[in-house]
Amino acid sequence: MREWRFWLAENRSTLVAFTIFIVMFWIYVANHPAGFTANVVQTAANKGVLLALVAMAQTMVVLTAGIDLSVGMIFVLCNCLASQLMAGDAWHTGVGLVLVLAAGAACGAVNGLLVIVGRLQPIVATIASGAIYFGLALWLRPDPGGADNFNSDFADLFTGKLFGKIPASLAALAAVALVVWVPFSRSAIGRTAYAVGSSELSAYMSGAPVRAAKLVVYTLAGLLAALGGVFLTFLTYSGEASAGNGGNYTLFSIAAVVLGGVSLFGGSGSAIGAIFGALAFRAIGDLLFVFDIEPLWQPLFQGVVLLASVAIGATRLIGVRNRLDLFG
Amino acid sequence: MTNSGIPVREGVWARWRGLVDPATLAAFACILVLLFAGSLYSQSFLSPEYLLQQLKVASFLGIIATGMMIVILLGQIDLSAPWAIAVGGMMAASASAWGPAGPWIAIPFGVACGVALGLVNGIGVAYLRIPSMIVTLAVNAVAQGLMVVHTGGFSPRDSASPAMRFIATGDVVFGLPNALIVWAVIGGGATILLTRTTFGRAVYAIGNRERAAYLSGVDPQRVVLIAFALSGALSAFAGVLLAGYASKAAQAMGDPYLLPAIAAVVLGGASILGGRGNYLGTVAGVILVTLLQSILSVMQIPEAGRQIAYGLVIIVMLLFYGRGAAIRG
Repeated sequence: MREWRFWLAENRSTLVAFTIFIVMFWIYVANHPAGFTANVVQTAANKGVLLALVAMAQTMVVLTAGIDLSVGMIFVLCNCLASQLMAGDAWHTGVGLVLVLAAGAACGAVNGLLVIVGRLQPIVATIASGAIYFGLALWLRPDPGGADNFNSDFADLFTGKLFGKIPASLAALAAVALVVWVPFSRSAIGRTAYAVGSSELSAYMSGAPVRAAKLVVYTLAGLLAALGGVFLTFLTYSGEASAGNGGNYTLFSIAAVVLGGVSLFGGSGSAIGAIFGALAFRAIGDLLFVFDIEPLWQPLFQGVVLLASVAIGATRLIGVRNRLDLFG
Repeated sequence: MTNSGIPVREGVWARWRGLVDPATLAAFACILVLLFAGSLYSQSFLSPEYLLQQLKVASFLGIIATGMMIVILLGQIDLSAPWAIAVGGMMAASASAWGPAGPWIAIPFGVACGVALGLVNGIGVAYLRIPSMIVTLAVNAVAQGLMVVHTGGFSPRDSASPAMRFIATGDVVFGLPNALIVWAVIGGGATILLTRTTFGRAVYAIGNRERAAYLSGVDPQRVVLIAFALSGALSAFAGVLLAGYASKAAQAMGDPYLLPAIAAVVLGGASILGGRGNYLGTVAGVILVTLLQSILSVMQIPEAGRQIAYGLVIIVMLLFYGRGAAIRG
């Protein structure tokens, strides 16, 4: 009867993220000297997809009211790994891709086990495991570089254009969302992940598979971060164990998740929202180029926009009738 | 493990048990194990000079961890520490070049800038009810932006004033480093603040259950605001000292301190969920993290191995005594 209302209520945060993205991207394209061309979209998409994949990874864990501060480091580790393994002919590249993704998933699973079996707080467990993953990346690639016979044709397949119009990276991102997110969110495990985020005790008491859901969530986060790392390798043909990159992607993924309407307290939001949050975050960063602002002011502008956009979330306080409700 | 860090006043023994919780003891035990392991490698790990040098280096982390701990006790987190440190160091350095009064106002001005950042954090967390993880992240980004504009646009002075150098590197009493004395004073102040004042009790109460604290007459918003301002001030002050120590303020000077500060507080037995932990534990955590970093670098293990060992040791120690309760019906 009023199903569209429920649908609207359920997806409101995703729609808000989508709107923010459309507005930001429209401002960007409208002011871009080249206008709305396939090349402009392709460049923006390639940068956005990197963060979108890491943001999806972060969403998985945040849904269960956890946080993964090692996603950026898994991303960097898999970038280094991919730059070495994805070389040679199609067969070797394929095996390399599988190995890299498996490594990412394994890193995620380790985080999951630390949280489930080790009963450590996600925030501290992933800070420590992130240091280990970064150490491994540094061990693999003490200096930035790539394999001599890196399969760049395969890489270009994912960073070019489909039919000369659509960015292949966006298509790949949509495929990942369809293959990973849609089945996950519709499964019992996915429902449990949301339930754990709302109240772990209630989920446990209802007999939901709490531990399995948490393990799946952390493993998928590792896998998605690995996909991001592979994608970075596609773009640069090389790997770099950069602590700055790892830290930035972790922090930006949290920002993207919040912009995308995923609650840091768990239990609400979607990876689709996080994707638009990530794309919007990137579009905000790119606005400076088109407005010709001095590069010097870029970090400040980005920070102020970030602060302002998270402060928008405070508007919900207007609806609070009882002061006690503030202190949930 | 129901210890709240607040001493219980029932006889001497109970009082001691209230002060020293198992996690703190475990952290101190880990320090001894580390020193023992180090001494197997080289006798110089046990020399007073080395230990005093480590305590001096630990002072900077200790001051940052003090602010971080107060915020963590509230159940919040302050991710703006890296650039609050940089802001403190850089603003103090450039203020010292402002005319004849410059050197006098340098240190207060640096700390005041940290307080300003902390107040923005506090307003966001306490009054706008935004999760601290994201507010402090955004404030960190804004602080970075401000410093980039500041250094790029005005080419300020970046060398530390003599007073900053003196506090960070000098020693006045019995060869004790000044930085260590400063940490001891701040640590003593923090202990009194947390255990002997209404503010401190309110901090623990809010960390346990904010709603209940509010209903008992505490003003949680004001307490949270003050706590974040304190954290900003202490980070900035550590930045002032670090600038004095290196005799120069630099952009990324705060970056290596965020994760060690959080790790130190948590290794000291404070719960990241808030409401539990005591200052002695944080002291142990700070010394532990500093020693670990120092021993790994003295052993000339390459950076990759150091990162792995650092992460592994923290995980193992947490598995040893930092585990949460299992969920049971």
